Amino acid sequence: MDESNESTITRREMIAATTTAVTALAFSGMTGVQATSIQHTVPLSLAQVSFTVNGRAQSLNMDTRTTLLDALREHLQFTGTKKGCDHGQCGACTVLVNGRRINSCLSLALQHQGDTITTIEGLGTPDKLHPMQAAFVKHDGYQCGYCTPGQICSAVAVLNEIKAGIPSHVSASLLEKPVATNMELRERMSGNICRCGAYSNIAEAMSEVAQKQA
Amino acid sequence: MDTQSVSRRNFLKVSGLTGVMLSLGLYLPTHAEEAEIINTAGAADLGTDLNAWIRIDALGKVTITDHRAEMGQGSYQAVPQIIAEELEVPLNEVAIVFAQGNRKYGSQITGGSSTVRGSYKNLLKLSATARQMLIQAAANQWAVPVTDCYAEAGHVIHKPSGKKANYGTLVADAAKLEPPKDVVLKKRADYTQIGKPLHRPDTPLKTNGTAGFGLDKTLPGMLYAAVERNPRLRGKVKSFDDTAARKVPGVKQILKVKMLVHSTPREGVAVIAESTWAALQGKKALKVTWDDSGFEHLSSEEIYKRQHEALQTNEGLSLKQQGDVADALAKGSKKLDVVYQTPYQSHSCMEPLNCTAYYQASKVEIWGPIQAPDMVQDFISKEMKLPREKVIVNMTFLGGGFGRKAFTDYPYEAAVISKAVGAPIQVVWTREDDSTQGPFRPGISYRCEGAVADGKISAFKLRMAGQNLGHWMGAPKDKPNNSTNEGFLKPYTESIKNLSIADVPFETPIPVLWWRSVYASTNGFAYESFMDELAHEARKDPMTFRREHLPDERVQKQLDKLAEVSGWNSRKPGEGYGMAITECFSSTVGQVVKVSKNPNGGVKIDHVWAVMDCGWYVNPDTVKAQVEGSIVMALGAATQHEVTFKDGMAVDKNFYSYLMPRITDIPPIDVFIMENDADAGGVGEPGLPAFSPALTNAIFDLTGKRVRKLPFSLATV
Repeated sequence: MDESNESTITRREMIAATTTAVTALAFSGMTGVQATSIQHTVPLSLAQVSFTVNGRAQSLNMDTRTTLLDALREHLQFTGTKKGCDHGQCGACTVLVNGRRINSCLSLALQHQGDTITTIEGLGTPDKLHPMQAAFVKHDGYQCGYCTPGQICSAVAVLNEIKAGIPSHVSASLLEKPVATNMELRERMSGNICRCGAYSNIAEAMSEVAQKQA
Repeated sequence: MDTQSVSRRNFLKVSGLTGVMLSLGLYLPTHAEEAEIINTAGAADLGTDLNAWIRIDALGKVTITDHRAEMGQGSYQAVPQIIAEELEVPLNEVAIVFAQGNRKYGSQITGGSSTVRGSYKNLLKLSATARQMLIQAAANQWAVPVTDCYAEAGHVIHKPSGKKANYGTLVADAAKLEPPKDVVLKKRADYTQIGKPLHRPDTPLKTNGTAGFGLDKTLPGMLYAAVERNPRLRGKVKSFDDTAARKVPGVKQILKVKMLVHSTPREGVAVIAESTWAALQGKKALKVTWDDSGFEHLSSEEIYKRQHEALQTNEGLSLKQQGDVADALAKGSKKLDVVYQTPYQSHSCMEPLNCTAYYQASKVEIWGPIQAPDMVQDFISKEMKLPREKVIVNMTFLGGGFGRKAFTDYPYEAAVISKAVGAPIQVVWTREDDSTQGPFRPGISYRCEGAVADGKISAFKLRMAGQNLGHWMGAPKDKPNNSTNEGFLKPYTESIKNLSIADVPFETPIPVLWWRSVYASTNGFAYESFMDELAHEARKDPMTFRREHLPDERVQKQLDKLAEVSGWNSRKPGEGYGMAITECFSSTVGQVVKVSKNPNGGVKIDHVWAVMDCGWYVNPDTVKAQVEGSIVMALGAATQHEVTFKDGMAVDKNFYSYLMPRITDIPPIDVFIMENDADAGGVGEPGLPAFSPALTNAIFDLTGKRVRKLPFSLATV
């Protein structure tokens, strides 16, 4: 097991624990102490947060520990964003925040005061699909469709990252602009799991959009 | 919604449809293969359970019923594409509704890769019947011979005059006709939709976030439940302290709950809250003391040790016995005696298990990602002592299924909690619950003994030691598991004169369940690895060796194709090539895997070729996608993950240690489909079993190292 991954798992719990001052929780994942043996005495803590989702201003008064994912799904009914693992491991919850992708399960809603958030529902409209949505349709870039909103949001951000010159682990050089090669696209999409294994169609859909943009 | 009613009037009412329409259903007597086609307008007195597969309203709008779950495998495409063909309407003009769980649709269990192969003949006949009735109605209206009329794109056309009528204008008259007994089905060569790579109708929904999965269901006043279940899978709740959990804001109620995995109870403590987050926090704050007495707390090491021991000491229950295997083994010039081991697996659907239930006034309605709505209806009806029509089961889209969501435990749990709480409840499973609670695919060990003489197999003896899924359903324990030979090609049994296949009984307290391709997923590894070992003992090319043992024209053609597309006969030095061929749910898949040395150590997969023979099929893109997806799933199970047990509990909890194949792990995969006139076979699962043996056979070809235990690491092999 990759140790660096283990610290990501507890990241959300760390955030939650830090916010609520219950630090014992942060160590539970690391030391293997069973969660059942930990006592929580969490005071009710509400806070106001305002951000824009898919072009509309939203203001919520919510439990400070609510993740952005739960806020989107349960408070704002943007259920297109999916919960797959709740630990930043699968990418199903990927949304765009100020144009950059994040795992919304690893982020508290409260951290997004003033941010511009785009979910799958806001990428395009049924009449005017986002080019990436259209490409996924054309290439059948999914099977069960559960990971698809996260895949599409991620894919949109990946092309923007390449355009912005942000290098990846497989980029040939840190100084030159990365090129949207198959390897580059795949590397950047490796945070999104598709259990159905529709990867080759996803890669084809992305390549098509990348070529059109180039 | 009560869909048991038999009168057309009630039927229309419950369907929310009004006005004139042509509505045809299938009446499937129990165990009958061929259904009777019923005009539901005139069926009020039949006393049968009506269903409506096809409805055409006065505007010509076609609505069809999908009686099976859509979990990525493509029933949402296959069923309408079949109907659109014979009905002569374009696929994109067909609206689809999911059926509720009801036996009137015949078996609805979306398993065994059975959606198309189990119903396509009836569906073709049904839609051709509707078309013929519309043509007859037009001929009657125009007072012309019916033979002068034909249907095309939602219209009936009178050939001599060019007169044209939309289906909608014909439904009133067509609905008065008796369905003709013998309709002529189109020839395969005349198909305009079946066999074509048409796009899936659910794609837009799934790319814009509007597809409704189980977790997306909400109801007014709905509460969320998270359940702390015994991590030891068979244990009970001794006591629990919910003092801290009750203090979590948003938590409403906490109660002990019992879930039934068939007749085996599994206990837990449910935290009911206003939000998922509160329910999960409440769950974490619980202190539960478990009663884990009465069953063993096994570890993986112990499980496999016992399997291996049993295989050395127990002849097992014979499933198949021909010739004199003992004699042939004794006389064989070269003998092999090896053990293969395959792991327990989690289904790990991307959508974690969940189910929404609302129990009120002696009825319960359920919404969820459910593979077998009819089984859920039966089970809950029996366990909660409700008449079947008071158990309403609605299928949502499924974020993956792979067999797990064909079980009845989690909808039952949701129904029980809703009844106890008196509110609509959505039970949410965390990824950790999903990964550790099972039921799992059983890990199985195989002992293979064999001998070759004169370049051919002179003896083949296989024993399997692994848990029997049939025991859930009450299969007798003194009979062999009849899936012990699943995956093994039938023609082998003709050429191998001395053959013995036996099941060595093996049980553990770990709950097990079918997993994509079921026993073929593990059997295939043993059978086809051993076939490769025998080929090498016989000093034969593995492809040639298979050919010599598979006396079947259809299989020979498939092997021709496999050799051709993979370049089997023009392999170069330094390239490892392996092949395997397996049967699963009436389809046969052959695969070749090409590997080479990875400069950073280990082996890398360069290419996979798969040749699918599924006979009659609906959509080539779906077939290819399913084979490809099966290969990806097999790749993960062969090289990345297994469920391991320690002290009676599953160890891996989430994808940080239960690793999944990612887009960076996927080699190029080419899938080819054999074209023939055979009956339809399964599509969703048969692509899986051949992959792992083809891979390990390729590794042997490259390195001389035989992998007999899954999973293994490509980086260190």
